[in-house]
Amino acid sequence: MADITVDARNLQCPMPVLKLSQAVTGADSGQTVELIATDRGALSDIPAWSKDTGNPLKEQFEQDNEYHFVVVKA
Amino acid sequence: MTATDHQTEPATEETAPEKEKMVIIAASGDLDKAWPVLILATTGAAYGMDVTVFFTFWGLGILKKEDAGLTGDDWRQKMLSMFHNSSASGLGLSKLHFAGMGPAMMRGLAEDHNVASVQELLDMAIDLGVNLWPCQMTMDLMGLKDEHLIDGLSAPVGAGSAISLMKQATISLFI
Repeated sequence: MADITVDARNLQCPMPVLKLSQAVTGADSGQTVELIATDRGALSDIPAWSKDTGNPLKEQFEQDNEYHFVVVKA
Repeated sequence: MTATDHQTEPATEETAPEKEKMVIIAASGDLDKAWPVLILATTGAAYGMDVTVFFTFWGLGILKKEDAGLTGDDWRQKMLSMFHNSSASGLGLSKLHFAGMGPAMMRGLAEDHNVASVQELLDMAIDLGVNLWPCQMTMDLMGLKDEHLIDGLSAPVGAGSAISLMKQATISLFI
């Protein structure tokens, strides 16, 4: 279970990235943030965001047509 | 330790590393241009970039208050503001406008598909710390004063400031 959960289901680009970014900005270093999204673009956008901002993507999986991303705040 | 030692000390942890810069010139007041401007600006900010949007000419309409009304002292400025009375929530489309039916349909579609509106993205941009620069020359040309524009903007600037920033920017776009 992540420290913070962000529900971005049914939101379109660029909202999942924006919501995740806001949550990670507000988190403490080492905390985990889980993003749940249904936007297919997130499959590419979130890993790219994680790489570019240096907040590692710890876990990524699909469940019931929803995409889950667990990011660790750097 | 002498006073001069302080000057050669390495940067403290409080000094944040210089962020990469992104500059967008928003020159159009069309809905289909304002959308990508704000999507890219907010996403750039989410990517940890230092984002500035310079709003010039029709692009300035995006920043106008809904109730800005007739602006300027000159009859030509007043006419301009009458025929181009747009704000973030009232922008038109560059094509398929059909006297306002196009934008209304597009907004309805965006709502049905949970696409954030230009107004929402503009609020988000301000929240994410995107630097919104109105063009002073256009404001003078169109008779716009600070009070005709929304809150949360930086002080108006000129082309020189935009060029100066674009010289250092990793990403510069004209939309």
